[in-house]
Amino acid sequence: MKRAQFSRPLFPYLLLVPQLSIIAVFFYWPAAEAIRGSFFLEDPFGFGSTFVGFDNYYDAVTGSEYLNTARFTLVFTALVAFFSLALALLLAVKADIVLRGAKTYRTLLMWVYAIAPPVAGLIGILLFDQSIGPITDLAGLFGYELKLGVNYWDTAFAMVLVSVWKQIPINFIFFLAGLQSIPRPVREAAMIDNPSGLSRFFTITFPLLAPTGFFLLIINITYALFDTFGILDILFKGEPANNPITLVYKVFLDGFRGNDLGGSSAQSVILMVLVLVLTVFQFRFMERRVHYN
Amino acid sequence: MTDMTTASPIAVPTARPRIRWNRVGDHAILIAGALFMLLPVLLTLTTSTFDNITIHRGGLQFAFGPDGFENYQKAMFEKGGFTKTVDGMRMMMNSLILGLGFAVGKIVISMMAAYAIVYFRFRFGTIAFWIIFTTLLLPLEVRILPSYEVVQNLGLLNTYTGLIVPLIASATGTFYFRQFFKSVPEELLEAARIDGAGPVNFFINILVPLSQTMIAAIFIIMFVYGWNQYLWPTLMTTDESMFTLVRGIKQIMQVWIGANIPDYGVAMALAIIAMTPPVLIVILFQSWFVKGLVESDK
Repeated sequence: MKRAQFSRPLFPYLLLVPQLSIIAVFFYWPAAEAIRGSFFLEDPFGFGSTFVGFDNYYDAVTGSEYLNTARFTLVFTALVAFFSLALALLLAVKADIVLRGAKTYRTLLMWVYAIAPPVAGLIGILLFDQSIGPITDLAGLFGYELKLGVNYWDTAFAMVLVSVWKQIPINFIFFLAGLQSIPRPVREAAMIDNPSGLSRFFTITFPLLAPTGFFLLIINITYALFDTFGILDILFKGEPANNPITLVYKVFLDGFRGNDLGGSSAQSVILMVLVLVLTVFQFRFMERRVHYN
Repeated sequence: MTDMTTASPIAVPTARPRIRWNRVGDHAILIAGALFMLLPVLLTLTTSTFDNITIHRGGLQFAFGPDGFENYQKAMFEKGGFTKTVDGMRMMMNSLILGLGFAVGKIVISMMAAYAIVYFRFRFGTIAFWIIFTTLLLPLEVRILPSYEVVQNLGLLNTYTGLIVPLIASATGTFYFRQFFKSVPEELLEAARIDGAGPVNFFINILVPLSQTMIAAIFIIMFVYGWNQYLWPTLMTTDESMFTLVRGIKQIMQVWIGANIPDYGVAMALAIIAMTPPVLIVILFQSWFVKGLVESDK
């Protein structure tokens, strides 16, 4: 807050009306509906609903399908976050060192940010296509028959690859900005103390990048959980069948295809709590970072 | 590849006694990274200029072919889908409306809210702040089903309002502008008040011009975000004339299922068309975009 402020009785409310009314209708109302719905068993034909307490949660969490999905989501998130962060960090460190062509590299490594996840999914499906895909051909050379959309692990591999590809740019942008904000004297001192590149990276650069890395870790977890929906949906052409899916995809499937409104709501609420924990974690960390800067 | 890494040391062998293998390695890694990002899209672009039979027989193509014009014309102007009412032009218009409407709406609404929060002292100010910032916690994806029901209850399915407004219900923009307004020197407001400027005057004549770069950066981020929306438009729009380009991708996939030789060429042309506007904007306004992204920290 500013020390010098206007004090008009009505004007600030007028300014807030548009934002608050949109949030009330399209955020708080649906969120409340999700919580309410998660305690009810809704009749799929619309003949009212019965209060069932925590049954929906119990059914969701104890279902073997849900547990499998949760386990897969965990592995998927870990793989996507790890590979996209590691590759982006490597590229950012190199892009920070080179002088020649630095700008061109920066553009070439970040532009994929603008591609929509489903478009990335479509490109993925072409690369993995049974009859025309070069990645399928490549696997064939090694005697492996790659079957996207049929074989569970092949689909999982394609999902991770496309998701990592799509996420590298944003990590690269933040890592490069983080590297460039390390003051010149610090770099020069590190240069003198520790001429070996690799150990200099791990003793000086990496710790200084840790705040950026942590912030990005949360961003990447959120990305893998939610924003990969478009990639997945296109990769299995809207028909998941036996393919691996993430928790968000399951919320969508159960709610819109399975008509299991209560179960879908309960899963939504579980996800809400998960995101809540992540965000609170992030906020606390960001505050600390601001303090010590 | 060669002229960047190896040519210069070879050209002046006496001036530089040794090839700096470190630098060569750095460039090699960067070039490999750039190719990893570029090749998939490049292959899509080149293959989109061939007819389906050639693609089906020969796989993805590494050079440009003769059928580009036909494929792109088909993707842009041939009415497709189940009802044969929507073509690429229409979807592009819808994407533009969504991208622009979302970006402009979000900027206007969140600037107003951030102005109220930072520059005014009023009762419930803190409560309003928390009400708004709680929305940062939950993305639309975790509350899709109830959001869909709310929009359905309001009779907003298949409307631009229903498409755009629920996406605005998150505080990211307000958060950016709040951070920015807080960094504006206090003396400006004091000086403006001494000169007799009221709140409206101060906002329009001082704060908005000061925020220009910030507005541009947020506009780019939000436009790309709106243009690339998938899940929400997929649920919201059943009427094909409301489809966006990104939504149209799914439609193309569904036509693929069961086709003998899928319409590869047109699908790839559509993918290229769908990515071109946001990619161009991000590349052209790169420095603003990066600045906005990094400084707003999400």
